[in-house]
Amino acid sequence: MRLRLVKQQTAFDFFEKWKLWLGVSALLVVLSIASTVTQGLNFGIDFKGGTTIRAESSTPIDVAAYRQAIEPLALGDVSIAEVFDPSFRDDQHVAQIRIQAQDGQEAVASDVVAQLESSLRNIAPDIRFPSVESVGPKVSGELIKSAVLAVVIAIAVVLIYIWLRFEWQFALGAVGALVHDVILTIGIFSALQIKFDLAIIAALLTIVGYSLNDTVVVFDRVRENLRRYKKKDLSDVLNLSINETLSRTVMTSVTTLLALISLFVLGGDVIRGFVFAMIWGVMVGTYSSVFVASSTLLRLGVKRDWSKPSNTDGNQFANIDA
Amino acid sequence: MLHIEGWKRVVIWATCALGLLFALPNGFYGQVESYNDAQEAGQEATGWPSFLPSGLVNLGLDLRGGAHLLGEVKLEEVYTTRLEGFWPEVRNALRDERATIGAIRQQEGGAGELVVRIGNPEQMDRAIEVVQTLARPLASLTGGMTDDIVVSALGNNLIVTLSEAEQLATDDRTMAQSLEIIRRRVDEAGTREPTIQRQGKDRILIQVPGLGSAQELKDLIGVPALLTFQTVVGRSSNPNGATGVGNELLPAADNPDLYYILERTPVVTGEELTDAQPSFDRNGRPAVNFRFNTSGARKFGQYTTDHVGEPFAIVLDDQVISAPVIEVPITGGSGIITGNFDVAESTRLATLLRAGSLPASLEFLEERTVGPELGQDSIDAGKIACLVGFAAVLIFMFLSYGTFGIFANIALLINVGLMFGLLSMIGATLTLPGIAGIVLTIGMAVDANVLVFERIREELKTAKGPARAIELGYEKALSAIVDANITTFLTAAILFIMGAGPVKGFAVTLGLGIITSVFTAIFVTRAMVVIWFERRKPKTLEV
Repeated sequence: MRLRLVKQQTAFDFFEKWKLWLGVSALLVVLSIASTVTQGLNFGIDFKGGTTIRAESSTPIDVAAYRQAIEPLALGDVSIAEVFDPSFRDDQHVAQIRIQAQDGQEAVASDVVAQLESSLRNIAPDIRFPSVESVGPKVSGELIKSAVLAVVIAIAVVLIYIWLRFEWQFALGAVGALVHDVILTIGIFSALQIKFDLAIIAALLTIVGYSLNDTVVVFDRVRENLRRYKKKDLSDVLNLSINETLSRTVMTSVTTLLALISLFVLGGDVIRGFVFAMIWGVMVGTYSSVFVASSTLLRLGVKRDWSKPSNTDGNQFANIDA
Repeated sequence: MLHIEGWKRVVIWATCALGLLFALPNGFYGQVESYNDAQEAGQEATGWPSFLPSGLVNLGLDLRGGAHLLGEVKLEEVYTTRLEGFWPEVRNALRDERATIGAIRQQEGGAGELVVRIGNPEQMDRAIEVVQTLARPLASLTGGMTDDIVVSALGNNLIVTLSEAEQLATDDRTMAQSLEIIRRRVDEAGTREPTIQRQGKDRILIQVPGLGSAQELKDLIGVPALLTFQTVVGRSSNPNGATGVGNELLPAADNPDLYYILERTPVVTGEELTDAQPSFDRNGRPAVNFRFNTSGARKFGQYTTDHVGEPFAIVLDDQVISAPVIEVPITGGSGIITGNFDVAESTRLATLLRAGSLPASLEFLEERTVGPELGQDSIDAGKIACLVGFAAVLIFMFLSYGTFGIFANIALLINVGLMFGLLSMIGATLTLPGIAGIVLTIGMAVDANVLVFERIREELKTAKGPARAIELGYEKALSAIVDANITTFLTAAILFIMGAGPVKGFAVTLGLGIITSVFTAIFVTRAMVVIWFERRKPKTLEV
């Protein structure tokens, strides 16, 4: 007996409540943007400059005492956060200390780190510092720039590729879904104030890739069905295509989530934020490829009759496939 | 009909076997690593047969621990030094024309320019002409010829700067030299497998696995170690005292209240050293012995002959280490640097001098240290997560597709093997996000198979017989597989080009994972399905 997550034959009407779904998406997008604008992102040192020190001690961490020990150094904004992880040993207590970039310093001041380490050693003699990372403000500025550029270029390249392979309506639908996913992911990072660093950009771009993967599979079927059922309504063709690929969509999402969740639970605290972004992205990406991408496509309409040439309605590169 | 030609089968399985063979060394990481080390040291190999490949996946610093530095080379410093060295030539040329252009004096200029005040500014054109004759032609990339210097006038001042083409050429030389010297210094310290790379126009990335802290690395490579021997003009206790043009005021290394006024143009520089060794002076204090090359020895000999009885400053990185009085001419080309050293310092100084000086100073923009124990924790956690995720996906696929699920699972195993094989072959670096990339690939790798299997299920409803359904399934799923994977691959490529450090590592595993998963899905699983079909010849098919 086979495990079937989705019935062999499904006939959901995905567009019955398209206004509701697009409304929900629009609301979430607005909330994400609002959260990002009002409370901002919790940028890591990659984007802000500064120093992050990981401190490990066998005695429980007393954040107040740490703060008191660091205070006299006058380092400006210092944040101390205790890190909890199920994979830690009983006597393993980890704190993450973040120091802002010091004024007027392009490069990184290592004496600051040395001072801080020795003051902490006074209150917790067995303290160890398994990782110290410093990024100068000059580099961090560039990292932001190249990260934003990477996301924009990725979206642009994808837009062009899908436009060449399908038609412009498909490209817009897919990119609409992508932008939706990226904004929602940034939104949740802002709402939960999870640390946003370079690795998260990697996660964002992977989400772009994954969401696209999903969207393209649905679109590929739409393209095929458009040729097969020349007389059917676009909304019927879309519905049919989504239903036909639904089983695959769910299967792939589940296998990916299985892998990601095991990484989230067992992969250690260092990459948890990164994995969280991807889990969220996979879920949002699956949703958006069905509801956002297809609804957009439905609204834009697709040219069905290719017997009369027109130079405004996209092109027919679609015929080059294998 | 369902069929794959014999030679294709051979190619498919041979590719798999080859990939797995290249992945094999990673199963014996420690053993292969020590084998590689022994090989490098020219010793007899131990523990790993030499006919097997011995390429390993490099573990990134976040996994194995170590120090990471990103430094920026101050390229303009070299322009200034170049022009500084150009001054005597300019002076001599202009001196011959003193009748027309009047007295000349060097002025303090900005960075990267040489400023000369001319007595008769109305003769500026003539002065420019004279200095222009000193320019050396430079073949530029575009094929045209340009000069290495640009001479211009500003009021009474004649300004010499390096031409753009010369600046570019100088930049390249400076970077190449900096890289070489950093490499030598890191090597001298005996660390293994350092990564020393140029990044962009003026940056150098240095990664040394297994080093305790970035500070250690900085101490080693951060100092320019520029050694010069300069003429002493006078002494002073005033750090802001006047020095006269062409001179400079430098502090004494061992006395905070003492400053030396020195002629800025050195007599000999450390560039002309051929060797430096730690040793002891006559009083048994640590010192450094050095030896000049022929031209350095000649200059040194000439100067010491002409200036017996005068003090002579030994300057290291803008600090006067000592200023002994020349007692006898030193013509042999070797000498000794004494100062307030301890043994460790003299050893380090000798190392730095031997490796050569950095042509320009470095500014550190980014430094990261990851302790090896944190790296080990990350590897362990990543390993367990990979295994659990892997097992979950395998079970899920089997439950969903039965026999076909097993095929997909075998393909998945081969897929991960191939990924490691490719990573080892190209010597890519595996980072923590890279492990996440692998896990993600495990999840997504089954996608191509799922697409095919779902398609076969659909075709079974309409097609005539299982063979046809399988064939159609593969045929029709292909365009979706290709499109979906090309788009993901494009994002991986962009990540690789734009990304830095860990992001790049992630892009590598993601990109390779896409290549291997498409290969396994459309060739390997298919080959398995075809073989199974030929053996069993099932009348009906359950996918």
